[in-house]
Amino acid sequence: MDARLTAEQASLRAAAAGLADKLGPHSVLALSDTKRAVQLEQAITGSGWRSLRTDGASGVELALVAEELARGLVDVPFLGPVLADALRPSGPGTTIAVGLRAIDARGATRALALEGTRLLTAPVGPPARGTDLTRVVAPLAGPPQPAGEISAAHATRWRALAVCVTAAEMVGAARGAHALAVGYAKVRTQYGRPIGSYQAISHPLAEALALIEGCESVLRYAAWAVDELRPAEAVKAARIAKVYCARAARTVCETAIQVHGGIGNTWECLAHLFLRRVLVCAETFPVRLEEIDVGLP
Amino acid sequence: MDYRDSPGEAEFRSRLRDWLARHAREFALSGDEYWSRYGDWHRALYGAGFFGLSWPREYGGQDRPPVYDVILDEELAAAGAPPRPSLGYLVTGLGHHGSKELCRRFLPGMISGTERWCQGFSEPGAGSDLASLATTAVRDDDAYVVRGQKIWTSYSDVADWCLLLARTDPAAPRHQGLSAFVISMHQPGIEQRPLTMISGVSTEFGQVTFDGARVPAGNMVGAPGDGWKLAMTVVSHEREPSTLGFTARYGKTVRTLAARLPGEPGEGRTIPSELAWAHVQTQMLYAHVRRRLAEQMDGQTHGPQGSLDKLLMTWTEQAVGHAALAVAGTGDAAALEAYLYSRAQSVMGGTSQIQKNIIADRILGLGG
Repeated sequence: MDARLTAEQASLRAAAAGLADKLGPHSVLALSDTKRAVQLEQAITGSGWRSLRTDGASGVELALVAEELARGLVDVPFLGPVLADALRPSGPGTTIAVGLRAIDARGATRALALEGTRLLTAPVGPPARGTDLTRVVAPLAGPPQPAGEISAAHATRWRALAVCVTAAEMVGAARGAHALAVGYAKVRTQYGRPIGSYQAISHPLAEALALIEGCESVLRYAAWAVDELRPAEAVKAARIAKVYCARAARTVCETAIQVHGGIGNTWECLAHLFLRRVLVCAETFPVRLEEIDVGLP
Repeated sequence: MDYRDSPGEAEFRSRLRDWLARHAREFALSGDEYWSRYGDWHRALYGAGFFGLSWPREYGGQDRPPVYDVILDEELAAAGAPPRPSLGYLVTGLGHHGSKELCRRFLPGMISGTERWCQGFSEPGAGSDLASLATTAVRDDDAYVVRGQKIWTSYSDVADWCLLLARTDPAAPRHQGLSAFVISMHQPGIEQRPLTMISGVSTEFGQVTFDGARVPAGNMVGAPGDGWKLAMTVVSHEREPSTLGFTARYGKTVRTLAARLPGEPGEGRTIPSELAWAHVQTQMLYAHVRRRLAEQMDGQTHGPQGSLDKLLMTWTEQAVGHAALAVAGTGDAAALEAYLYSRAQSVMGGTSQIQKNIIADRILGLGG
């Protein structure tokens, strides 16, 4: 039994973290900095991470990259293209559709969707800003057309992967929000002391860190299970991870907003960007607590 | 990365499972009967070669990696056997701080269960603020004379020995005036009374009064003034991942509760949200223990991180307690006991508030 990351996995994680730290938006204003966005797009394209799955990467590796990019609020497509690639290698310009909307639609011309074991494809309409300010969504520009079949095992594993990778984004966003709040608690003073020195602030931040640790653990197991357990078991593990991470990540982001006080409730504070990313990821391949029964004997 | 057992681990697991199939049901799982037969269980497990797995061979252990302790915990829970005797903190405390001579004298009996132990740390006036403890040990010739009161002392009624923390230098700064001793519980000058918990269990904890009890100076663990260091080793060990032995038991309780629900799994039956959430948390904790073990394999030692683990374990146990109430109700004695017992988890081994202080101060650097 060995749950350690391999050296390659650790360096992939470090590379994704480095890129996100360098080119992710460090302020709400930076979202509209087109020069930065172009550089980020070039860097992600150059990394080849959007086709990680066809390059043989495991669920663990996809989850690591998704987590680090979300931690840095990376606002160019990764989740959509990498899941499309995992469904069927399709080259640049393809994302996935969830319901009747293409997610990560910036630069996408086509969207793939999975219905049972049937693949569907549709052209992508004009992109629009969604709830998640770091992500562009778009309606489908035409009815989905059949685009072939995949095996039941492939379909089930893909669903587990999609659930895991969206959970990984939530964990990353929670970590980003937490780091922001801890930093703020050290510099913001009231009554002559940094607010982080008060237990009323430090205890929720400590709880939030424990939640993040729980997320990391439940997610890593589920991401490993995507490729290593039977498909039904992989889905079970993914669902557990998603339910846990959705609750935990939302709590962590809410704590981050509360720690920021009035500022945390303003548009200019980054905290709501993390929260929005968490909320949207929870709704993308959602899992409800009521569905967890399948995990019980 | 592989969460599955290695061949060696699988072989051990199956050998253990065979033994448990024959012996697990001979011992009670909870309540006073469990606590009163704890010693027999310890010796049976040790005698069969399934206890002290990760401890030094020279003291009766097997020098195995801590993952074997986790396998043991999982199989004990699955078989419906009592939990692994919880002694790791004592073995570690004495092992790290005691002289070779003390270790040779005391560790083998502690590990094999032929000698019973308790820990005399907490006092009525010294709970979270342990360094304020007031029990004194005063040098008298070649011995120390102990006076004071200890509380929350597990197994004080059956213990042969106590790992005691007492103040030997009242003039020193409070963390530096403490020393640790191995003191015999079989002597005049020691009186012990049971504490009855909210669950009704009265054989787990005791209160101990030391009134002129004697301990040979040679039974001091470490040097005079080393008591606080030993106490810190002990309390952080209590939060090590492989000592989170109850993890597997939570999962077992959840499955037992699920089996009582009407309808079949996966057939659209309604399960109480408390139970589903407890299941999610137990699965999280299963994965968490494995990730922590992996970090240990890389040589990371867990100082303050143990406080994160303790919070996760506490939340899980208390969620399982709520699930027990939701499914079985207060009329079910076992469910009520599981629930009431879970309330102690956020207090024992350092309260949740203290864990949060440690996390805030030593991991997040928020100061206090």
